[in-house]
Amino acid sequence: MIVVVMSTRRIYMDYAATTPIDPLVVRMMLPYFSEKFGNTASLHQEGSEAGIALERSRKIIAKILGAKETEVYFTSSATESNNTVIKGITWANKEKGKHIIISATEHDCVMESAKWMEKQGFEVTKLPVDENGLVKIEELKKAIKKETILVSVIHANNEVGTINNIEEIGKICREAGVYFHTDASQSFGKIPIDVAKMKIDLLTASSHKIYGPKGAAILYIREGVKIEALLHGGGHEGGMRSATVNVPAIVGMAKAAEICNNEMAEESARLMQLRDKMIQNILKNIEGTRLNGDPVKRLPNNVNISFENVEGESILMMLDQEGVAVSTGSACSSRTLEPSHVLTAMGLEAKVAHGSIRFSLGRWTTEKEVNYVLEILPKIILKLRQISPFKTKI
Amino acid sequence: MMNYSKIVLKHFRNPHNLGKIAKPDGVGEVGNMACGDVMRLYIKVKDDKIEDIKFETYGCAAAIATSSAVTDMAKGKTLDEVLKLDYEQVIKDLGGLPPIKVHCSLLAIDALGEAIYEYLVKNKREIPEDLEIKHQKILTRGRH
Repeated sequence: MIVVVMSTRRIYMDYAATTPIDPLVVRMMLPYFSEKFGNTASLHQEGSEAGIALERSRKIIAKILGAKETEVYFTSSATESNNTVIKGITWANKEKGKHIIISATEHDCVMESAKWMEKQGFEVTKLPVDENGLVKIEELKKAIKKETILVSVIHANNEVGTINNIEEIGKICREAGVYFHTDASQSFGKIPIDVAKMKIDLLTASSHKIYGPKGAAILYIREGVKIEALLHGGGHEGGMRSATVNVPAIVGMAKAAEICNNEMAEESARLMQLRDKMIQNILKNIEGTRLNGDPVKRLPNNVNISFENVEGESILMMLDQEGVAVSTGSACSSRTLEPSHVLTAMGLEAKVAHGSIRFSLGRWTTEKEVNYVLEILPKIILKLRQISPFKTKI
Repeated sequence: MMNYSKIVLKHFRNPHNLGKIAKPDGVGEVGNMACGDVMRLYIKVKDDKIEDIKFETYGCAAAIATSSAVTDMAKGKTLDEVLKLDYEQVIKDLGGLPPIKVHCSLLAIDALGEAIYEYLVKNKREIPEDLEIKHQKILTRGRH
């Protein structure tokens, strides 16, 4: 029996899944629901008021990325941005070739879009990663051929937090004359991004991962890149994304990005300290644990640990009962009953992947919360190991 | 989101009949590590009744809760009665299971059947036809 008083306050350690909206962001958004509600495509004052807010937002995002304003397009989600890249680039460039390269640890929306392209007759190469989840650069060089039209590599992985060497990958692609896309959903707002320096042709970033609202994301498309739109219609977003523009969400995303950018250095140092405390404490105090992902090239807020001989969903449910929200790469938690493709691509055996838990920290994570989790976690693992037929050697 | 019933969560937090039996009359093991659930069930039989029953489970909350519920249901019952338990009854007793977790309840029933199978073989007793078919299925499926 775990003798911890059930806290009424929840401890949220799943910031990589989604984040609460910053109150400052909410305040920025509010006027755009009922007062400044215009359609950006309308010619009257209401329309231009909304249009001004949209362009101001675009300017903020462009500045953060080191991009031109005309290169930033707003979409509804990272899934939409990634789908637009995979489907739009292949469609517009199929005369050049029908080969695309992705990494084995992309988010499902890239994996599934690529799978769909395979059905349409395109060839997809999945780049292997090393045991820490880093894309093998040599394999990328080998995989590029004259028919290759796109390389898509995730900037920082959503499950294990490993940060790929995007600058080097960008350089290789630029030299080979192949478009390079990176899904920066987890890294944007957390670590510096410079599209020019990193030689990025296309980039995806999301609002709800950075304390902005759901329903807004961006797609950066470098000037001159040949791409087809996913949504056709009234010609919004320069024809790249027809649909009435979600002004409140976009205004929110821009404000959220601005706050993250201004506080980045300080906030990432604070989170890294909490992250490292958690990792060191768990590895030291709980037998049969391992850190998943790169220990150094790692997002400041990601802790991903595998616990031997216990199953991740049961750890998650036990933590949830004690007021702590986390996520797992276990098969039992997925719709397909398959363990995480990211962990298996890193060479983890299924049983190690089943026992993985991701703690992702954020703006409102305190040292006190970390201490509470570190206090209850060993008891939970011990309890589940007592239930398990497999015993951990001590 | 995983919507577990209150009864499931109660069994999960404080499972009944947890552990091993020192000299069991039968042990049933089903599932495998690659799939993410393994259930081991121990029985002690007296006068053709389940006198004692214990389990160890590696798996999700549903797997642990169904193990606990099945051992509760089997305890004190005759072997014939126990062999008639079905997964639908287990699910009902647990106040429902999310659809994706229904297989967990099958696993617990299978583990129980396997323990009884071992007991009957050890005691050179006749194996009911249904149980034999189930046992062969479990073997060919790689204990899952």
